[in-house]
Amino acid sequence: MAPFRTYHDLTEADRSGLPEQIGAQRRRVAERLAGVGRVIAVMSGKGGVGKSYVTAHLARALSRAGRGVGVLDADLNGPTIPRLLGIDHSPRPTSQAGIAPATGLDGVQCISMAMLLEDGAPLAFKGPAAESFVWRGAMEASALRELLGDVVWGSLDTLLLDLPPGMQRYIELCDILGAPPAVLTVTIPTAESGDAVRRAMRAAVERGSRLLGIVENMTGQGFEGTAGDDLAREFSVPVLARIPWHPTPDTWDRLGGQV
Amino acid sequence: MKFLCVDCDKQMAFEERQLPGDGTLAATFKCPTCGRVVAMLTNPMETQLVSSLGVEIGGRTVPEQPFETVRKMVSTGREDAFEEGTGDGGRGKGTPAWSMDAEARLARVPNFVRGMVKRIYADYARERGIAEITPAVMDMARAELGLEGM
Repeated sequence: MAPFRTYHDLTEADRSGLPEQIGAQRRRVAERLAGVGRVIAVMSGKGGVGKSYVTAHLARALSRAGRGVGVLDADLNGPTIPRLLGIDHSPRPTSQAGIAPATGLDGVQCISMAMLLEDGAPLAFKGPAAESFVWRGAMEASALRELLGDVVWGSLDTLLLDLPPGMQRYIELCDILGAPPAVLTVTIPTAESGDAVRRAMRAAVERGSRLLGIVENMTGQGFEGTAGDDLAREFSVPVLARIPWHPTPDTWDRLGGQV
Repeated sequence: MKFLCVDCDKQMAFEERQLPGDGTLAATFKCPTCGRVVAMLTNPMETQLVSSLGVEIGGRTVPEQPFETVRKMVSTGREDAFEEGTGDGGRGKGTPAWSMDAEARLARVPNFVRGMVKRIYADYARERGIAEITPAVMDMARAELGLEGM
């Protein structure tokens, strides 16, 4: 068979317009976030270090300081932010314009998959069970896109994104936003946590994110180590706060003043 | 994904999409020069992958709805997650009425996605000056807008 034209050679208008549909999705997110002053991803390569706890209390501190703050719970499979912000699961007002976020403690705006799922139910999708790993990641990325683009955030000074452990959600976020978000990193003092968080921070640097600094959580009892200082030195960023096991509102207000 | 009629060296144009209901998708493409038609048949996994991107093969017939992918694809959504505004497909001023048969049919749609479906039908009727939505109108909208599964 003679050589024939390939994908990029075909430039006739295509009724499906799949690239245009994807482009429209990206524009929808960009337009929605146009009223948001800054987007900060709270992340860590390590699970169980208290990202959600830090996110919720930081958001409350910023709100108490008079800022407009929203939290997007990007942990789709283990959402905890609504409970931390004292939000129940009342129906979300919905219109063609989007859905309204819930309002939590200290006036923090919030959206979470927990508000949309049956109590205690895992996030499950319709579709073929076999080889579901092939499409599940794309489905979760679409859900994240809708959490960003279909919520009527209005005007906010700061939107905090509470990411799950690992890097997958961060990478999806960079693709959806079209630009890497600023990153606030949470670790506990141990060397093991430092190892995992280091990888996440390197990935964030490689993607072009600005590292705001490190929050060292659960200090003073039980966990030994210098992960916060080690990472701060390695990445030339500040340790913004060391959070003890029993923090007071002042602890969070001081962190809010640093972010 | 594009289709090329090799004999004519022409890009084939999308003609029609069908969702048989077994998780597969069929789409036909036609060569604008020789008229040859080919069908693309995707297996359930491939169909799901396209759905997971939130795009429509053949192009969009209705504007993207808020949380469309979540509402269409999540199987563990809470019944009362969304509270539709009364101006969006309800019985507010300027919105079409629903016949009892149409309401009964709509009631069979899971609540998680029902509000969105109701708004799509209402917008369809309003744009065409249809005063009352009946099962026949719903069938017409399904066929015209490609609302398979709604």
